[in-house]
Amino acid sequence: MLSRTADHLYWMARYTERAENTARMLDVAVQTSMLPQSKLETEQAWRAMLGICELREAYDARHDRLDPQSVLAFMLGDPDNPSSIVSCLGAARENARAVRGVLTTEVWETHNATWIGLRERTGRDSDPAEFFEWVKYRCHLWRGVAFGTMLDDEAMVFIRLGTYLERADNTARLLDVKYHGARDAGRREATRELLPQREFYYWAALLRSVAGFENYRKVYRDAITPARVAELLMLRADMPRSLLACMRQVVANLQAVRNDVSSETERLAGRMHAQLQFARIEDILDAGIDDTLNRFIDDVYALGNGISRDFLVPLGA
Amino acid sequence: MRDFYNEMREGAAGPVREHYRAFADWLGLQPLERIARKRAEADLTFRRVGITFAVYGDGAGTERLIPFDTIPRIIPAHEWTAMQAGLAQRVRALNMFVHDIYHEQNIIRAGIIPAQQIYQNAQYRPEMQGISVPSDIYAHIAGVDIVRAGQGEFYVLEDNLRVPSGVSYMLEDRKMMMRLFPELFAQHRIAPVEHYPDMLLENLRSVAPAGVIDPNVVVMTPGMYNSAYFEHAFLAQQMGVELVEGKDLFVNANAVYMRTIRGPKRVDVIYRRLDDDFLDPLAFRADSSLGVPGLLSVYRAGRVTLANAIGTGVADDKSIYPYVPDMIRFYLSEEPLLNNVPTWQCRKPDELSYVLANLEQLVVKEVHGAGGYGMLIGPAASRQQVEDFRRKLLARPDGYIAQPTLALSACPTYVESGIAPRHIDLRPFVLSGKTISMAPGGLTRVALQEGSLVVNSSQGGGTKDTWILEE
Repeated sequence: MLSRTADHLYWMARYTERAENTARMLDVAVQTSMLPQSKLETEQAWRAMLGICELREAYDARHDRLDPQSVLAFMLGDPDNPSSIVSCLGAARENARAVRGVLTTEVWETHNATWIGLRERTGRDSDPAEFFEWVKYRCHLWRGVAFGTMLDDEAMVFIRLGTYLERADNTARLLDVKYHGARDAGRREATRELLPQREFYYWAALLRSVAGFENYRKVYRDAITPARVAELLMLRADMPRSLLACMRQVVANLQAVRNDVSSETERLAGRMHAQLQFARIEDILDAGIDDTLNRFIDDVYALGNGISRDFLVPLGA
Repeated sequence: MRDFYNEMREGAAGPVREHYRAFADWLGLQPLERIARKRAEADLTFRRVGITFAVYGDGAGTERLIPFDTIPRIIPAHEWTAMQAGLAQRVRALNMFVHDIYHEQNIIRAGIIPAQQIYQNAQYRPEMQGISVPSDIYAHIAGVDIVRAGQGEFYVLEDNLRVPSGVSYMLEDRKMMMRLFPELFAQHRIAPVEHYPDMLLENLRSVAPAGVIDPNVVVMTPGMYNSAYFEHAFLAQQMGVELVEGKDLFVNANAVYMRTIRGPKRVDVIYRRLDDDFLDPLAFRADSSLGVPGLLSVYRAGRVTLANAIGTGVADDKSIYPYVPDMIRFYLSEEPLLNNVPTWQCRKPDELSYVLANLEQLVVKEVHGAGGYGMLIGPAASRQQVEDFRRKLLARPDGYIAQPTLALSACPTYVESGIAPRHIDLRPFVLSGKTISMAPGGLTRVALQEGSLVVNSSQGGGTKDTWILEE
């Protein structure tokens, strides 16, 4: 397969996954902001979310005040924000268009229909929650069509690599919002003093955003605690959006396309996988979960660079 | 509006022609509302499928649909058989002409074509002089534009021997018609066209460099913002070969390679869909980032095949067009089976003065123009436009040719006011390799504006499914 083709497939999958996870993350933020809290707390929560997406500077350059409407506009439909849902879905479609010959007709048409639907929606005033549902649905549909119709060859490997690497990154960031925000405000202790009830709603919203609420109940059959939520989303191999589940897929798919220069990248992926596989949540909490998450996000970044270097950026002369 | 040949009827209100009879009976039973609904369904599907083309000068990345008309253009088998023979003859002679020009130049020596017509032609590529290509084939894919005029005679309007496009619409239009009106295909014996990609692949494989057993064929595109990108991707997919851009290829040790996730892979045949000028920045336009540095040297060494060959433009130029019947006589010792449109060459003073005196009746075209840009249609032009064109002609007479305004035939077409005749042409696609082959029919383009003679998609033309009706 052409390196450029692999590159387009990989980014098509990453952008689609990113659009979905941005919708999930914003959904948590909107739900959480409906809890009774002070204006300052609301603002901090939104600021933390922008921070974790590494978008605070970009946001501040375009808006002088921080309010939910502006943040939502920025994250949903702003075409100048490369991380907005509209930009992600647009980039996914552009990448798909560049390799439409490699995709099944149904995968391409699903992308194209999403893009057409998105253009019909822009400018229309709609309920953000309904929009998030739509984005999630379109991304589910795309994945179902891709996994259900594509030949299981190298093209599919790069689609899976893009999907799972992006998902690993996004799940880590979703968890990190909480800790990052707290550290950022310099009020870590204060966060710990949050009402237990508030805490419950926050973690429940987070679980729901990754479709993990029922899974949590099934796995733990107990009350919701931050440590268990972290365990579920980081270390459970059977939780489809957990870091461990994603890394397991990344490792397997990297093996499937191994070439003469990819051993270092495989080693990094293997190490990340092993660290999660043999970790205990108690140790992670003792060492500081935000450090672990930040290191993981950095590793994902390095892994993405490795994949680009070994497979996607043209080899040869 | 002059009289024109009506494809469906003998005269505007006359009896339906034999080969349209079954279709006309069917059409008579269809409520107009059903045709309208089917047409809307087709538009929706084309948009969802993303069968679009980009329009130049309309903002980057603007994608538009080519309007699809639901009423087919029907050609009876005996007419197609005759046309097919004429096309094969013409393309065979054109390939021999290109070979001759880049080798002995017998046709110049014989005094049939003046040497200046070749050497002053920007499409003449001195780099090709003395270079041999597999099977002496230069135009592997030719799109020959044919119109029907007068009492129904066919004329060749132009020979497109560089990168003719449109074949994907021929295939998609057929698919759409079968989907919208399956009953029509049960009622008629319509020659299938769906095997074209297989014919194309077979043809491309047959012209691989000597000694290559299992050639690696690729389609080369200028990229996704090119107006015909959909077609490039479509053909690569249908043939099951890679769609490459210039940056995917590189030259090493006198061979062309593509960059893959497992390292370099040798490329043997490039079906390139970009012009000569952009192929190799070392040889042609240095500012082009679309090509592959060093490609020409590998090509000249015979270690990669380009389809079409470099330098075919010397044969499809409008200044060479008037000589094609003589080429057929010269190379094949046969009389041409297809008509050429009478053409005045404005570079000749006596012909120029005739053209200047009759501008209002003539069509004047730029010698190197394409896509319906930069032409004058005398009868449809305003006085001002005619005068502007007269100045251009006087300033650079050798840049133009003129032809009588042909009354193009018209085919019933679904338009806003109902079903009305609109002018059409036909572009069959002729494949040359070890043999000559073509899919039955071709692409029918239709000028949707009432009275318009310009069928180019860049100028608002649409397309129709083309049926060769077996008898």
